[in-house]
Amino acid sequence: MGEKYLMKGNEALGEAAIIAGCDAYFGYPITPQNELTAYMSKRMLEEGRVFVQSESEVAAINMVFGAAGAGKRAMTSSSSPGISLKQEGISYLAGAQLPAVIVNVMRGGPGLGNISPAQGDYYQATRGGGNGDYRLIVFAPNSVQEMADDVMDAFYLADKYRMPSMVMADGMLGQMMEPVQFKDPKSKKDLPAKDWALTGAKGRPRNIVRSLMLGGTGLYEHNEVLRKVYAEVEANEIRYEELETADADLTLVAYGSASRACIGAVRYLRAAGKKVGLIRPRVIWPYPYKALEKQAEKSKKFLVVEMNLGQMVDDVRIGVAGKAPVEFFGYAGGWIPTVKEVVDRVNQML
Amino acid sequence: MPKGKVVIDKEKCKGCELCIAACPKKVLGLSEDFNTKGYRYSTPLHPEDCIGCGFCAMMCPDVAIEVYREE
Amino acid sequence: MKTVYKKPESMTSATTIYCPGCHHGIAHRLIAEVIDELGIADRAIGIAPVGCAALAYDYFNIDFSETPHGRAPAVATGLKLTQPDRVVFTYQGDGDLASIGAAEILHLANRGFNITTIFINNAIYGMTGGQMAPTTLEGQKTTTTPFGRDLQIHGHPMKVSEILSQTAGVAYIARGAVYDPKHVMETKKMIKKAFQNQIDGKGFSMVEILSTCPTNWGLSPLDAVEWLKKNMEPFYPLGVKKDIDQEQ
Repeated sequence: MGEKYLMKGNEALGEAAIIAGCDAYFGYPITPQNELTAYMSKRMLEEGRVFVQSESEVAAINMVFGAAGAGKRAMTSSSSPGISLKQEGISYLAGAQLPAVIVNVMRGGPGLGNISPAQGDYYQATRGGGNGDYRLIVFAPNSVQEMADDVMDAFYLADKYRMPSMVMADGMLGQMMEPVQFKDPKSKKDLPAKDWALTGAKGRPRNIVRSLMLGGTGLYEHNEVLRKVYAEVEANEIRYEELETADADLTLVAYGSASRACIGAVRYLRAAGKKVGLIRPRVIWPYPYKALEKQAEKSKKFLVVEMNLGQMVDDVRIGVAGKAPVEFFGYAGGWIPTVKEVVDRVNQML
Repeated sequence: MPKGKVVIDKEKCKGCELCIAACPKKVLGLSEDFNTKGYRYSTPLHPEDCIGCGFCAMMCPDVAIEVYREE
Repeated sequence: MKTVYKKPESMTSATTIYCPGCHHGIAHRLIAEVIDELGIADRAIGIAPVGCAALAYDYFNIDFSETPHGRAPAVATGLKLTQPDRVVFTYQGDGDLASIGAAEILHLANRGFNITTIFINNAIYGMTGGQMAPTTLEGQKTTTTPFGRDLQIHGHPMKVSEILSQTAGVAYIARGAVYDPKHVMETKKMIKKAFQNQIDGKGFSMVEILSTCPTNWGLSPLDAVEWLKKNMEPFYPLGVKKDIDQEQ
């Protein structure tokens, strides 16, 4: 743990990637994540690493495919409409079992939407987004510090499980400044060797990187391999935080920027003697269903707060499994919940 | 004229006849029978005329032909 | 007896999925011969995206990647920039390179990255069953131009090599054919130069190869060769389109 810096979220994402040993970054301009690309254009070259401003989002994710295929740590970043363009490449990365990090600094949609913070890409990030059965490990930071920590973990877990991972922030987190301390990078010694990488077949049989499995039962078998990997991730990588949940009559569930207002609301309501808690998924795939199931045994009501029209609420309902009512509070298109709005809504329910 | 020898892997041949057209000595032709894939395959009908030029192998899309020539 | 010809080491012994008489096989073999002759099999990395050649990884005895449709130049960029001493090449068809991947190849060429591209132009989509390609000729019938390519409706056939030759980053672009031994030998020289340029750090090099697609053209392999000579070659003239060695 080094010095404390005051940094923009987007720049902290970049510096954390540098510290994590990102070998190559490929990006295309889109607001509100441009500071990240600009930061990398300077720092990656200073470090003697690879930076390309690509001709498109599609090209950027495929450059990541190439660098990841070479066994290097590769990253791209964008915001919502650009992430949509990357879905083809993300699906291929997943199919070819290539580790890579994708950062989404979400903005409003659908379509070109606007450049305000939003959480409208939850389904896309946690259900796949591209074609086929695949998953990403998706981190959901709610501060500049967590953005930095998550990028480093995203590289590590991508390598550990040979799959792409995503850090899903939003325009507010990307643009705001907060203090951040960068962790030391995790040692790679426990990570599997990248003996599958395309480095030239010197002294070994040739390697092939592909997602195409024509004929026979190859694709079925490959999907069974992926199923096993995803089950392992689900067993090991669920991350969430609980705040005042032990005796909570009402449990809030929120992630990212929306969770900041919820933390404020819990403190305010507790000061007023109301038994309200928060479950905050730190990773949104794999999802902490069991934590919600457990909480539903003691909590009478749930309120999910998202900056969208209701996406994660589906996962909360899966976890709660009908044991308690689950209500939703959220708007899309640039709305950021305030503490007062959440408190008012909770008071209506209590 | 040097003396050549052409060896064709009949199971790799798809009978496209590009080699037959390329042979300056009209050594090659299609077989009367079929390989296991169901193709009539290219075969040296007049091996004694082969000069080992290698044109047939050069045109073979299936790398089914080996060519040898007397030193 | 002296061996005049046998399978190059850089090819596997797999039988290709290509139809009888398809020129893909000849192009593959020439690339493998060049890799052998340059002694780069242990540092060559091939990339073939979607199309008939998507399965090229089965046929080359080197490290290989299958990639998204048209994106091979981007994937090559990632592979090459992170490993500059490896020899990276893409193998792309006309639908892949000139249509869905037009942006990627244009920007790779213009950046002038030290990568080699082999571009197979057979004026049609092969794997999907004979649809119009960007390079389909005027009047040519395909499954999506049943009345022939009409320039008013379908636009013009695209001369990719000529277009890319205008970009500053290109070191070498040539168009060859493989329909007879003479052209096979000439095209092999072009391919060898396109790889040698990369080894020498000269920048982006591409060889376009006019090829037949007998199945989707509805012709025998030998008739397809005649069709190529009569129709494709006049519109897509063979030869070197750009060579920085000649300009200096």
